[in-house]
Amino acid sequence: MAQDRPTAAELLTAIADFLREEAMPALDRTEPRLGFQMRVAVNSLAILEREVRLGPAADAREHERLVGLLGHEAPLDELNRELARQLRTGERDESDAPLMAHLEATIADKIAIANPKWR
Amino acid sequence: MSVHTSTETETVARILAEATSRHFGSPAAIEALSRQSGGASRQTWSFDAVVKGERHALILRRDPPAQRKTERERAVAIDRATEFRVLRAAYDSGVRSPEPLFELTPEDRLGEAYVMRRVGGIAIARKLLRDPPYEAARGKIAGQLGEILAHIHATEPATLPPLPRREAADHIAELRRSLDALGQPQPVFELALTWLDRRKPAPLDRPVLVHGDYRTGNYLVDETGVTTILDWELAHLGDPVEDLGWLCVKSWRFGAIDKPAGGFGSRAELWAAYERAGGGTVDPVRAHWWEVFGTAHWGIICLNQAFKHLSGSIKSMEHASIGRRAVETEVDLLQLLKQGA
Repeated sequence: MAQDRPTAAELLTAIADFLREEAMPALDRTEPRLGFQMRVAVNSLAILEREVRLGPAADAREHERLVGLLGHEAPLDELNRELARQLRTGERDESDAPLMAHLEATIADKIAIANPKWR
Repeated sequence: MSVHTSTETETVARILAEATSRHFGSPAAIEALSRQSGGASRQTWSFDAVVKGERHALILRRDPPAQRKTERERAVAIDRATEFRVLRAAYDSGVRSPEPLFELTPEDRLGEAYVMRRVGGIAIARKLLRDPPYEAARGKIAGQLGEILAHIHATEPATLPPLPRREAADHIAELRRSLDALGQPQPVFELALTWLDRRKPAPLDRPVLVHGDYRTGNYLVDETGVTTILDWELAHLGDPVEDLGWLCVKSWRFGAIDKPAGGFGSRAELWAAYERAGGGTVDPVRAHWWEVFGTAHWGIICLNQAFKHLSGSIKSMEHASIGRRAVETEVDLLQLLKQGA
């Protein structure tokens, strides 16, 4: 059953905004060590907000690409295990253009969630 | 986070007073004792010892007894007694490193521990990269790091304690073991490790003292530039270019991505200073290999840090969140493999 609003992303944003704008400055004044930890927590909440919003579509795209690349259906984790095995043995490597396109796309989706400012 | 009570501080102060008095051969008063940031297992404490009216600024490095180290920590990090002897050898041969003074004994009951002199300066990258007091220093850091590294690598092997020897192949095997232990499939790291395995440099006839964690964050800087090199616990014997590659990993540039040498200069500046100070000629292909290796290494360390939390060996939100930084190195690895195939 669908939950009422706020959505998960909206609620995470509200929490992160509160912590950043009110809790963090208060902690920086009284407990700098906890202020630093709060920064880490706020940053992690921002990751979760992006994951809730972007993660399901990114996983679906990754799954679809892996099915194409490996030529059969299986759960996402199993397909990644198979690919990781092939890369460890060298059965596939960076000379494989479809493989590299898949990895580029997968990592682009991952970094867009974990740290979109990374370059 | 572990809570350290005033009782722990009092105990450390009392034991330090005894041990420091023993070292100086005269009663020492311990002042301004405080625990610095750092893990629960590998502690750093700052304090002053006042002996016959003279104030000594000192640091205690300590692994508390009965601390659970993870298997990987035991596998890669040297113990405190070995670290003390490495510091002694490096300091005596003129490396800009803290002067080690004395070791605590088992009877002191502080765990594996030693005391060294405290050196001025800060290690915080974002301040060094942006704050006005370090304006002049910023231009010098890359060259100084090259010069100091040449001195580290020139440390006479006969003066060193027995150290693990780690070549390219050992490092690759270690990272693959880490990935297997973590149990999550990691296609990009597997790709990078196979790339590295196929191109790995041959072992050296005469391996040198490798610092093992030579990067921004692990040295101190004041207005004049680099004052000292810290964090020797990953020291080993191996390929000197390993340290040059690690210093240039993008994760230590803290946003200054156009300055590969720790965020402060170009690779060419770093290598030229290294060669001028007596380091060997730097082969750019070998340096690129070690930079790719360092990038994969840092990414897998990020995963391992998160796993320390997930496995219950420590409870730490900070460690948990570092797991999500691994992907930064996956971005970098794909870029690096495109550049230097």
